[in-house]
Amino acid sequence: MNPWMHYLVWPLVKFLVAFIIVQGIVAAMNWVERRLLGFVQARLGPNRVGPKGLLQIIADPVKFLLKEDIVPANAETIAYFLGPILPLIPTFLVYCLIPFGPPPTFVAARVNVAVLLVLALTSTGVYGIILGGWASNNKYSLMGGLRSAAQMVSYEVPFGLSIVGVLMLSGSLDLVKIVNYQADHIWNLFPQLIAAFIFFVAMTAETNRTPFDLPEADSELVGGYHTEYSAMKFAFFMLAEYSAMLVNCCLMTLLFLGGWTLAIGGYGLTTQTLQHMGIPGGMLGVLIFIVKVMTFMLVYIWFRATFPRFRFDQLMDLGWKWMIPLALANIVVTGVVVLLGQSLNFQGEVVLSIAGAAIVGYTLYNLRPRAKVVHASRVSEV
Amino acid sequence: MPEAIPSTEAYLMLSGTLFAVGLIGVIIRRNMITVLMAIELMMNAVNINLVAFSHRFASLEGQVFTIFVITVAAGEAAVGLAIIIQLYRLKSSINVDEASELNG
Amino acid sequence: MNAAFLVFFVVGTIAVASSILVVAMRNPVHSALFLLLTFLCVAILFVVKDAEFVAAVQVLVYAGGIMVLFLFVVMLINVRHLPDDRTLSRFWKGGVGVGLAIFLLLATVVRTGTYHDQNPNKKLLRSTASHRVRKVTNPDGSVTRKRVVRHRTVGNSEAVGMALYQDYLVPFEVASLFLLVAMIGAIVIGKRELSAPEEETSPDFILKRMETEKDVKEAMSA
Repeated sequence: MNPWMHYLVWPLVKFLVAFIIVQGIVAAMNWVERRLLGFVQARLGPNRVGPKGLLQIIADPVKFLLKEDIVPANAETIAYFLGPILPLIPTFLVYCLIPFGPPPTFVAARVNVAVLLVLALTSTGVYGIILGGWASNNKYSLMGGLRSAAQMVSYEVPFGLSIVGVLMLSGSLDLVKIVNYQADHIWNLFPQLIAAFIFFVAMTAETNRTPFDLPEADSELVGGYHTEYSAMKFAFFMLAEYSAMLVNCCLMTLLFLGGWTLAIGGYGLTTQTLQHMGIPGGMLGVLIFIVKVMTFMLVYIWFRATFPRFRFDQLMDLGWKWMIPLALANIVVTGVVVLLGQSLNFQGEVVLSIAGAAIVGYTLYNLRPRAKVVHASRVSEV
Repeated sequence: MPEAIPSTEAYLMLSGTLFAVGLIGVIIRRNMITVLMAIELMMNAVNINLVAFSHRFASLEGQVFTIFVITVAAGEAAVGLAIIIQLYRLKSSINVDEASELNG
Repeated sequence: MNAAFLVFFVVGTIAVASSILVVAMRNPVHSALFLLLTFLCVAILFVVKDAEFVAAVQVLVYAGGIMVLFLFVVMLINVRHLPDDRTLSRFWKGGVGVGLAIFLLLATVVRTGTYHDQNPNKKLLRSTASHRVRKVTNPDGSVTRKRVVRHRTVGNSEAVGMALYQDYLVPFEVASLFLLVAMIGAIVIGKRELSAPEEETSPDFILKRMETEKDVKEAMSA
């Protein structure tokens, strides 16, 4: 095959297809989120434009395009323009690395350090927020940018550490190999239950979603880093946030939920089975992948509807005093079990699954709803 | 025929340029944050050298040492920035020339 | 000209230009952004030299961690409001001279042909070596032990990982200790001690209330 076709044209075509589909999903997610939040909060949500308010997806961008584009006085012009655009670049680049279906058809670029590269690229998304907050020449924006920087740096650590257990089990940094490993054994969600939980919380914090939306806390900071932004620039911020959410959900699916496969212990729809079925099999894989990703997007929104916002010191406490030690302990335990499993010939995944289930069960048992007993003399003081 | 890639000399020249620029930055700037950035630049120049020689001698030592250099750079940045913050609290300035009490 | 050379010249030029801007820019935020650009360019140059793992680590640590920290500090100090009447040091002419001299020195050391690439065995950058001791029967009948080195081809990341954990285990552990010390140092230096009036006025009613809450919690759990 012509190397130019192989190395440049085909990956570009794949990337563009993935890009268009993903952007469509991102646009639709906004409507889904507002409807779902409406449902949770016992109200309607957008229902005026089109059937069930579906045309809201088109109405919103049109509104953004038509609104006035305001640049505040004394803003750092170049940084102010770069702010919303900069985070889009790494987020879109990540789509090249994510396998949406069985290889080689549905991967734009297969890299053997894919996990590291995805982590690196997603971590650069914070620059947009920092720059936007700094360039607006507004103290609330600056506070938002500062909070964002601190939050991102803190939660980057548990975000990366929680993946290490998965890497130890599958022995590779290649996303395709990680998925294949899970199809041949068991979804990493079970042996890495605690890591999956940490990963999910850390990725919520990374994308500045409620309950970790301190950078844009509207009751304290007006709008945080995007206070001064309007029209398309604001839309770009939203686009970057939703794209980052989607990327994180894709990562979660690939690392913990078996990606496009639907198999356990090598039985079921593994990569080989799907590849044998040709293009329909590939499409089926992509469908499975999208269903899993969408499940996580819905959990994201559910999260937002359920929890109130953290205070900043609580946020830092959670990150540094709970998430990081927990992730480190997870690494140690996983390493020991994997090593013992190799030398004593037992399935480390099973042991880890049982241990994880036991810990989570115990925690849930301790958190069960109980009648509260407060001494009568103290009631007025509380 | 193996695919030709830029030679080690080209990498060494690039690294030398970056190192010299970083050195000039360290000497001539007065803003402490910029000085720290210039130091990071010099460290990165060294990394380029290490990787180039690692490829030249087909040995992994260079890459391993690059990782160590990156570690040191990270620690240095953390401590350096903490010092800058403390200096700013003390003097309301991050000018290198201001911190000259030990000059005698 | 092939693709690798094209990448080198374009990316290398950007790297040098942005590194000069790092030093030349007045505003530290702009400097930080150009430094970020330099780091990304250097990462691309690493990929050209078959060091994907190091490139990924470079982007992860520098772009994801260090530069965010720099920007954080710049914004914390809010340099916009600092007087910057004199950006350059008093002896900037001497500084430029020293820099140029160092550059000339380095340039003369690098001679074309000295480091001539004799077709390096690129496979070694992506393979791990394992030692095995095998018993060998010599022609005269005696049995000796012989060390056999086996090279197994893996990815670059696995090769670097093996080198780190096998040949460089002690430096690696020292590096982790170094990071711990650096972290403690940064916290101790950067911590703001409460001034005496702040310490005094730390409100009593909060402490009292915390005690009450603690009592109530104990009563609840009992």
